[in-house]
Amino acid sequence: MGMTIVEKILARATGQTSVKVGDVVEPAVDLAMSHENGALVINQFLEVYKGTGLEPNVWDPSKIAIIFDHRVPAESAKTATNQKKIREFVAAQGIKKFHDIRSDEGGICHQILPENGYVRPGYVVVGTDSHTTSHGALGAFSFGIGATEMASVWALGNVLNVEVPGTIKVVINGDLSPFVSPKDIILHLIGKLSAQGANFKVIEFHGTAIRKMSTSGRLTLCNMSVEAGATSGIVPGDEETLRYLREEAHVKENIETILPDKDAVYEQVVEIDAPTLSPMIACPHTVDNVKSVDKVLGIKVNQIVIGSCTNGRLDDLEIAANILRGKKVAKDTRMLIFPASWKIYKEAMGLGYLLDFVNAGAIVMNPGCGCCLGVHQGALGDNEVSLSTTNRNFKGRQGNANSDVYLCSPAVAATSAITGVISDPTKGVN
Amino acid sequence: MKSKVVIKLGDDISTDAIYPGRYMATVLPTETPMYAFMDYKEFNSKLVNKQVPANSVIVANNNFGCGSSREQAASTLKGWELIIVARNFARIFLQNSCNLGLRTIICPDIEANENDELEITDTEIVNLTIGKKFAIEPLPKARQAIIDAGGLIAYTRKKLMEKNAA
Repeated sequence: MGMTIVEKILARATGQTSVKVGDVVEPAVDLAMSHENGALVINQFLEVYKGTGLEPNVWDPSKIAIIFDHRVPAESAKTATNQKKIREFVAAQGIKKFHDIRSDEGGICHQILPENGYVRPGYVVVGTDSHTTSHGALGAFSFGIGATEMASVWALGNVLNVEVPGTIKVVINGDLSPFVSPKDIILHLIGKLSAQGANFKVIEFHGTAIRKMSTSGRLTLCNMSVEAGATSGIVPGDEETLRYLREEAHVKENIETILPDKDAVYEQVVEIDAPTLSPMIACPHTVDNVKSVDKVLGIKVNQIVIGSCTNGRLDDLEIAANILRGKKVAKDTRMLIFPASWKIYKEAMGLGYLLDFVNAGAIVMNPGCGCCLGVHQGALGDNEVSLSTTNRNFKGRQGNANSDVYLCSPAVAATSAITGVISDPTKGVN
Repeated sequence: MKSKVVIKLGDDISTDAIYPGRYMATVLPTETPMYAFMDYKEFNSKLVNKQVPANSVIVANNNFGCGSSREQAASTLKGWELIIVARNFARIFLQNSCNLGLRTIICPDIEANENDELEITDTEIVNLTIGKKFAIEPLPKARQAIIDAGGLIAYTRKKLMEKNAA
């Protein structure tokens, strides 16, 4: 019987010829990523070693990555102290894949990992962040875990007791219409599957639309796969994967892609006809409350957010800059731009996009998670509405339980910034 | 064991609802409990004012704990020694709960309202208030092994000692 990609990766990572859905395995980890919550991982890691008489040293410092992004620069003394504790640990353990709050190395973890070539096809990647699903875009099996589970990985180098997940195959064929993007595909898919439709499963992406899609778009798809409950999203590695890793991430080593067998067994197959898709929007307060944008036109928007690990890459900023160039953000609407990394920030600066944003009245923020998780950098007032290219709209997500968050693509966000109300980019702006 | 339902919740209760992102810089299990369900002001104040006895039950529908991987969402509930009964759970939350010893019970057909009295056995929940029984779905075996070992820290420590002895 043939195997899916995730079955093949888990077989390789456990030294077996095959595994099947439901098997309990303990795969070796190729990359273990944390951010500021590394402070909690350190506590739990030290706890594991208590009373053992063993020195608390991580299994392999070269396979651990720590990126500060959730609260940068620190919004409180507590965060600053957590970050300080992590810096000291990283130095003591010799962890080199550490990205501090600096414009020559920093950014959001889910952008820094691909950008630096830390993720390769076939890898087992774990991260103390639910959007670790992103890295499936490069053909890895990549999933979110809790801090104690990460402490266990730091100690042993394996994830304990993983059940081999079943796979949903999603086939997307055809070309997307103008102003329709990978974000609209994934919102459509989440609406179709529901917020729990892929719980404990992997989503494997196929079809001509995927083959033509940039790694940036694939990252958007895999990033939000978790919003349907998926353990991971995954795109089979192809020429584009190799191009991205060679040209953009400057990887020199041999790269081996892992593909599913032709007779792999899937639990469900979902087909999407790309040309029929229109701009989509996830309405409050669940990510699966998805509608076509033209069903909610005209809702007044107080804050527009473009950026995040979902849609803060150069092509996202390009779409927004092309719409905003020479125009103004509507009165009574504020607009925040969060590039996903400083590399992207500098590229966007060189191409003039940042100036386009600033001339339009938008504020270009420092790369990081920003207001997405409701900590700082753009809180909402009572009864205010945010239209955001981020990935979650749960009640209170952006810091105020008495506010509404809508999720959309960069094109919808930029168009709506000009009008001040939810607008359809395919209809243009007068 | 007899327990009382302290709150009845719906579908898709997210980790933002259980433990809002703005408190994530707080990581110690001794400190996280005070922020449990911070945006459900009445419930949070009941917890903080110690009006909810240990082993009280939160009943929810589908996909409890969806969203973030933040472990605080499990430690904040563990701190009050609550029991979570849901039709099903989101993966990372369920794993975190097993790792930390927060009692999570999958009960696909559960019917219960606030203040109902439940009798919980290993295999079923009896709602004494409405006089109905509901079967418990066993936890996946991979997770049960961690619970049986006393949580993931103890389980990892055992593995680490074995590795070093080998």
